[in-house]
Order: sequence, then structure tokens, then C-alpha cells
Amino acid sequence: MRAIVGLGLLLSIAAATAPVHAADVTLLNVSYDPTRELYKDLDAAFAAQWKAKSGDTVTINQSHGGSGKQARSVIDGLEADVVTLALAYDIDEIADKAKLLPATWQKRLPNNSTPYYSTIVFLVRKGNPKGIHDWNDLVKDGVGVITPNPKSSGGARWNYLAAWGYATKTLGAAKAKDFVTKLYHNVPVLDSGARGSTTTFVERGQGDVLLAWENEAYLATHEAGGDKFEIVTPSVSILAEPPVAVVDKNVEKHGTAKVAEAFLRYLYTPAAQEIIAKDFYRPRDPAVAAKYAGAFKNLQLFTIDRNFGGWTKAQTAHFADGGLFDQIFEAAKR
Amino acid sequence: MKTTAEPGWLRWLLIAAALGFLGINLALPLAQVFAGALAKGIAVYRAAVVEPDAVAAMRLTLTVAAIAVPLNIVFGLAASWAITKFDFPGKAMLISLIDLPLSVSPVVSGLIYVLLFGLQGWAGPWLREHDIRIVFAVPGIVLATVFVTFPFVARELIPLMLEQGRSDEEAARSLGATGWQTFRRVTLPNIRWGLLYGVLLCNARAMGEFGAVSVVSGHIRGLTNTLPLHIEILYNEYNYVAAFAVASLLAGLALVTLVAKSVLEWRFGDAIAGGGH
Repeated sequence: MRAIVGLGLLLSIAAATAPVHAADVTLLNVSYDPTRELYKDLDAAFAAQWKAKSGDTVTINQSHGGSGKQARSVIDGLEADVVTLALAYDIDEIADKAKLLPATWQKRLPNNSTPYYSTIVFLVRKGNPKGIHDWNDLVKDGVGVITPNPKSSGGARWNYLAAWGYATKTLGAAKAKDFVTKLYHNVPVLDSGARGSTTTFVERGQGDVLLAWENEAYLATHEAGGDKFEIVTPSVSILAEPPVAVVDKNVEKHGTAKVAEAFLRYLYTPAAQEIIAKDFYRPRDPAVAAKYAGAFKNLQLFTIDRNFGGWTKAQTAHFADGGLFDQIFEAAKR
Repeated sequence: MKTTAEPGWLRWLLIAAALGFLGINLALPLAQVFAGALAKGIAVYRAAVVEPDAVAAMRLTLTVAAIAVPLNIVFGLAASWAITKFDFPGKAMLISLIDLPLSVSPVVSGLIYVLLFGLQGWAGPWLREHDIRIVFAVPGIVLATVFVTFPFVARELIPLMLEQGRSDEEAARSLGATGWQTFRRVTLPNIRWGLLYGVLLCNARAMGEFGAVSVVSGHIRGLTNTLPLHIEILYNEYNYVAAFAVASLLAGLALVTLVAKSVLEWRFGDAIAGGGH
């Protein structure tokens, strides 16, 4: 009897919290850690634009967390209308494991479905006391490097691959593994997400250098008042492309396909690209990029497709169980 | 009033140790929470507390506790009554099962529900077809909270009811009382203070639970974030003052619970003493 009452209660709560289909549209954007501030701005701007255009009120709900964890939640039933994650592989996983969108999703929007891009830079303490200027300074004795765990964090995978790419380019492919092992030997703590690592470096004062998304590094200096940290841009880094996608099966179910598509298209418009640049992401729109050229340093960027053969290959070789990262991490502990 | 043979200095040392420990581990952090919350003045504090996402988190936390606590009162009473007043096969098994949530990591408790009701779980596809959301919605948060809090009432009542034995109930029954009358007139008055204490503990845990709820929440702002989850989000957004402000709300709820308990004890102190405990 109690079980029946309990179940009835649960079902009635489920019914009460089910979505309402009206002219008020609600979207759920499941995103990764450092985009919190970015989407707060973009959601509001899109809502205003959509209201003016169609008269409908659109509310965009946000969920943030480590990219891999967020993808897992969508696979397990978190009903995202759009996903805006740290790397393509996490959306590939949603397409592969839950079949919520086609495997060809990345071809549907311009620029590999990435309306903004970024790269990996260093954040050091004011005055750069350890003299860190490029990747080879990170493997020196006595330098504490803060970076999250590549197993759970998208940003951490970009960090790792950026270091690997530098080593391949300057020392040759044969020495890359040795170089990255030395680097992880200098890592005192692996947080589970990019934001966690930033907090470890900025708030708890651990380490001498934080490997971070460029946008995250700018945000951290901005939030900390700008006089405690400096950004160091290395000679070469990786082109980090955080992609966006509509989750087909979920928008079909919610009847939100049109708004969800319009939202992602909106991200490519000059108005949205301005917001993107102001939130420290690199814009795709040439005019906006030119306007903000002074804000972002020029550096040589290599790509995951050309240097690592795409995400699926990089994932299998480096981050799968028993892969290169596991071997490196084991060796680095010694 | 000399009650023991211990020398005075030892007594003072022990008292100082206990108070010092309490001060460092309880009072200091609590003071820090309120100091952090008010670091930028009362206006900033108020803005953080009335912010819509914070209000939504507060409402969700109270809703979850309002569902989880009564369910656990019913469960705790039924379980402890059955265990202490009757003999039946599988009794030892039931007692160990009640302890399970205390020994299992909260993260695992949350994962159980994702595996059961998640899209890849056994009930997931059916639930999706019928548009019923359990995980990543309020029902999942309620389920996870009920799971982690269900030992609290039963664990308070079982030792108490064991100690009281069955003689009162047996006397009532032999005088012709029905089962319900026995429970209401004899058992319940005997255990009410233990029950109240269990309810308070259960409530405190229900409002403060982080791990299990974090796994099933989906972290949708303004919808599925409870107060503890909202505090973590604020902290990670460099919003330290707001994080501490909301934390002070949670601490405030705990303090209200404590004060309510003390007031009840003080107000009905005679009744407690009269109950023989």
C-alpha cells in the first residue's frame, strides 16, 4: 500500500514538472564548465531577438559541468535540446551510445559546428617568478603545473594534446611521450574539471602555472582584479574547437526543433559574435575578429584533425583505458 | 558536589579539549560562513539571497525535505515497530538493509537511480515514451534523498523500542485495545522524543545532501539545483560572497532545526521526564 502511495506521489510530481507546450518555449542547453558567463549573455541576447522576431518568449535553461560528465548525463536521459560541449568527441559519444542525433552532426553547421574557438595558454603569477615562456619551461624541476584530469575534463584533453603537439613539433614524435611524462611529473593535483583547476590555482594558490583555455585564463585574470596573474601565450598551441549541436530526438519530443536550430544559427551572427569576443572566446566572423584582433595574440595553431587524425583516433590512442595517458600518469608518479 | 575522584586539573583539561575541539571544528567555520557572506555588506548579501536561482534552489530543497521526511517517518515507524514488537524470519536481514545507505557512498546511491531510470537503464525507454521524468528531474532528487535519509528515523527508534520492551503493548492488548489504539495510545507516547530526534536528523541530512543529489540532478539552473548544489555553482563562478550567503541560509535552516528541538525539549521537559527517559 505504502509503495503504491509513494509511486503515485512520484508520478504526480513527474507530471507536475513535465514541460508545458505553449507560446512560451523552453530550451535546455547542456554545456561544459567555462561557458557559464558566455551563455548567460548569449541566452539573454537571443531571447530578446527571438521575442522581437516571433513574439514568443524563449527561456533557455543552463546546465554546466565537466564536458565528459555532461555528455554522459545526456546519454543517461538529461533532455538537452542543444549541447554545447568542449570537444567533438563528447557529442560523438551521444550520437553513438544514445543515438539521439545522427553521426554526421558536425557537418550541419559552419566551421565544424563551432561558432567560436579558443586555444590553450598559460596563466602564471604576477611578474612570472619562474620565468615561464613556452612549453619547454613546464618540464623544468620545481615548476608546479596545474591542469585537470583528461579522463573527465574536455579542457584537460586539449591541454594534454597541446603539450604533445609542441613536443612532436620541436623534439620529434619519438620524444613526445617522454616530454609529456616529465610535464605530468610536475602536476601536484588533477582536478576533475577546468573550473576546479582554476580555483586550485587562483584561490588555493597551488602551483606556478595553470594550463587553461584562453577564455578561462582571461576570465580568471579579470575576476581576480588583473594584478595578480599574467597570461603567457606559448609559441605554438592547439586550435581548440568546442562544438554545438541540436539533439534531434529531444527537440522532436519537445517540439522545439525550430527554436533550437535558430538559437545555434544565432551564435554565428555578428551580434552574437561580439558577445563571444567580449567573453574572451575567439570569434569566427571576420569583421568581428578584425575588430577584436588586438585582444587575442597571434600564435601558430595546429589542429586535432591534421596532427592527431581526429578525435576518435586521439581518444583511442591517448585517453582510453590503458592508453598513452594512463601509461604516462603511471610513469609520472615515480 | 564532588562526583568523581579525578583531580581538578584533569577535569579542566578534558573540558578545555572538548570545547577547543568544538570551537575549531564547528564554531570557527560557522563564523567564517557568516563573515564571508557579509564581507561586502548587507545589500550584496540580500541580492544574493533573493536572486531567482537561489530562491528556486531554496524552494526545491524545502520541497524535497517536505516529501522525504514524512515518507521516512512512515517507513521508520513501520520498520522499527515490526522489528522490535514481532518476531519474523529475515529480521536480521531487514536491520542490515536499513543500515545500507549509511555504508554505501552517496554517489553510488545516486548512480543506482541513474542505472534504473536513466535512458540506458531498464525502465528508461518506457519512461521516455510516456514522458515521465525521474532522473535529472525532481522525482529523482526526491528518490535519492529518501534513499540516503531512510536509516535516520529507524535507527533512532529501534534501540529505544528495544529498551522499552513489549510489556506495555501486551498489557494494552490484553485489556482489549486494538492494534491501532495500542500504537496511538501506548507506543507513540513512549517514543515521541526519539521520533522527534530522528525526524530532525533526517531533515538535516535531507536538506544538506550533496553527493547522491548531484548525480541525479542534471544541474539545471533554477529547476534541479538544491541549495548545496547551488552553493557549489556559485563558488565555481568566482561568486564567493553569494556562495557564502546561500551557505549561511543552509546553516540558518540547520540552526532553526536545532533551536526548534531545544525549545520543544525545554517546553515539554516535564513530559520527557515523566515518560521515564
